[in-house]
Amino acid sequence: MTTTTLPPGKKTEPVSAPPGGISDRSRAERRLGWMLAGPAFVIMLLVTAYPIVQAVYYSLFNYRLTDPQNRSFIGLGNYGVILTDALWWQAVAVTVFITVVTVVVELILGFALALVMSKALQSLRPVLRAAILIPYAVITVVSAFSWQFAFSITTGFVNKWFAWLPGIGADTDWFGDKWTSLLVICLAEIWKTTPFISLLLLAGLAQVPDVLQEAAMVDGATWWQRMWRVTIPNMKAAIMVALLFRSLDAFRIFDSIYIMTAGANGTESVSFLAYRQTISRVEIGLGSAVSVLLFLCVMGIAFGFIKGFRIDLSQARGER
Amino acid sequence: MPKSPGRDTRRARGPGDGPARSRRLRRGLSGAAAALVATGTLAACGGGGSGGTPTLTWYVNPDSGGQAKIAAACSDASNGAYLIDVSVLPRNSDAQREQLVRRLAAHDDSIDLMSLDVVFAPELAQAGFLAPVPEDVASDVSEGVVQGSLASAKWDGKLVAVPFWANTQLLWYRKSVAEAAGLDMTKPVTWDQIVKAAQDQKKLVSAQGRRAESLTVWFNALIESAGGHIIEKNSTNPDKIQLGFDTAAGKRAGEVMHDVATSGVVGPAFSTANEDTSASQFEGPDAGFMVNWPFVWAQAQTKVEAGTLEKSVPQDYGWALYPQVDADTPSAPPLGGINLGVSSFSHYVDQAYEATKCITSDENQAEYMITNGNPASSSAVYDDPDVKKAYPMADTILASLDAAAPRPLSPYYSEITGGLQREYHPPAGVNETTGQKADDLISAVLRGDELL
Repeated sequence: MTTTTLPPGKKTEPVSAPPGGISDRSRAERRLGWMLAGPAFVIMLLVTAYPIVQAVYYSLFNYRLTDPQNRSFIGLGNYGVILTDALWWQAVAVTVFITVVTVVVELILGFALALVMSKALQSLRPVLRAAILIPYAVITVVSAFSWQFAFSITTGFVNKWFAWLPGIGADTDWFGDKWTSLLVICLAEIWKTTPFISLLLLAGLAQVPDVLQEAAMVDGATWWQRMWRVTIPNMKAAIMVALLFRSLDAFRIFDSIYIMTAGANGTESVSFLAYRQTISRVEIGLGSAVSVLLFLCVMGIAFGFIKGFRIDLSQARGER
Repeated sequence: MPKSPGRDTRRARGPGDGPARSRRLRRGLSGAAAALVATGTLAACGGGGSGGTPTLTWYVNPDSGGQAKIAAACSDASNGAYLIDVSVLPRNSDAQREQLVRRLAAHDDSIDLMSLDVVFAPELAQAGFLAPVPEDVASDVSEGVVQGSLASAKWDGKLVAVPFWANTQLLWYRKSVAEAAGLDMTKPVTWDQIVKAAQDQKKLVSAQGRRAESLTVWFNALIESAGGHIIEKNSTNPDKIQLGFDTAAGKRAGEVMHDVATSGVVGPAFSTANEDTSASQFEGPDAGFMVNWPFVWAQAQTKVEAGTLEKSVPQDYGWALYPQVDADTPSAPPLGGINLGVSSFSHYVDQAYEATKCITSDENQAEYMITNGNPASSSAVYDDPDVKKAYPMADTILASLDAAAPRPLSPYYSEITGGLQREYHPPAGVNETTGQKADDLISAVLRGDELL
């Protein structure tokens, strides 16, 4: 049931190829591919691989930017310090919490928004799409400031508007406690990045062929049945890609925390910890080690998704 | 589907292409932006080139334009010896330090002069980022400077920066509230007294409980007023710095902090209150007492002029020396302000030190104090009749500066203040073990055994 388009492989497979070898044509194509992608590949190496390698190298040293003479090699010492420190594990817990909460809520909201966009009238669709996308166009720091001002006890309107809810009054100090701070941080993230997920899901929705929907309708399937058995299975790849991208992004959360709490009340994320060691304390060695660990976490998430959920990225491009 | 090599998957377009494409586009745009910035910077660098008048670049903290004005005046007064350009640093002092340290560590020669917060000098001097102060300049600029400012400009017994302006916190009070509570404000008062008076009158005591530098400012004033110091024994070797959190004075400071925070008269969001929160609380109907910098006076006057504050409100403002921790022991008020540093990577060190003499002249300090609200570091300025007119509390500010104690002077200041903020926040949670914990944490961080 999930096979909805003709596999393009059939058409492009070199029919005249000798068994086990590559044809001249595909060799030429491969060379063209390298020539087209090569410059980008070299630039990627320069701007990403080089800093990563350098960070790994620095992470093996006790190196303070203001005291370069006393730089000394300490092997994996920095990693030992970090992994035995309660602060690191607290930051990991906060980061995982924010990632899970925001991604789950964003997926549900994003899906609903994608449905609205796909079902909207042809004339309304561009307007609706622009309106939904606006939060994503806002710079994260700006969005963090506006959420902070909204919830602030002196300049905010939230306490006044929601005073009818139990537990909220003029004196509610949102940034004075760990969980209320995290709530505001999560809300800001969700508001800002739901459009991203909904856009990816909208593309996934567009991929579900109408013939399948019609067939299901003819068979007397209800809306729910069509949703669960036709729509969602057909856009599984799009959902997984959206989840993967957002999880990687959410795990690196920094701006909102920096602006709203600056890490007070145990709201530090892993990125914030790396920033504090590297930029504030100018301990390049220790900070690089935190960054490398953050990098490994992100790699782990990516691998976990790809292997665990068997995401085939090519599937998301409508090739199967 | 064929387990395809990469090239095959590129043929068809699907949803995956959307974000990837937009990211590629974004990367292209940011590349173009970077190129633009680069050309702009190159063009700017050309100005200071060889031949002609050297252009000094002065990195200033944001103010109301006073430093730019002084720069222009001193450029004119130099008779073509130098021109001064200002470049504005971030608003927040942590961010100012981060930017300067990064640039100096990269031997950035575009910095000639820097406005340094009073706590920055030791770190930069120890790292060799500050050009040595010539002796004639040193004796010139340290004459008649209030002692706290001078102390903060020294490292290892030598002057490493030039004192520019000095700041201190006063105890501000509403005359009506103090009178109703029967508090004699002509004599020094203690924290206990003002908390009790505020409780009696159901008014607020405004202080800064936010996890920020202001918390260190407060704690340092408390521990110094109690006769102790955050750093008991200083050293350039981080392993040998001895801390004083777990001493009698440190415990007493923690006790006062806790008592104030839990007194019920500090307002609803004390753990996030900063100087601006305090200032607006003090303009409100529940105002009683406040510890804060003198900018609150200029701010209230501006608001009266703009018609957003009743004239009677600042008329009710009273001021006194910072509250004492224990009666009969004089208080040690907080010290702030800006010193001028000259980068050792500058091509024009001599001209830059010449310029500091002009910038910190009494006339310029007086003008800066009146127009920008930042108190002078030279005591002579406080006799200026214009300054006295603009600041009726000028004498109190000078007395406070004379008694003020600087925050710990150390190349590892960011570790010390960061550790303090982690352990002493929220202030209501401070107890008798906090000092020990802060001692342990900061020592471990300095040894490199723990994260901060």
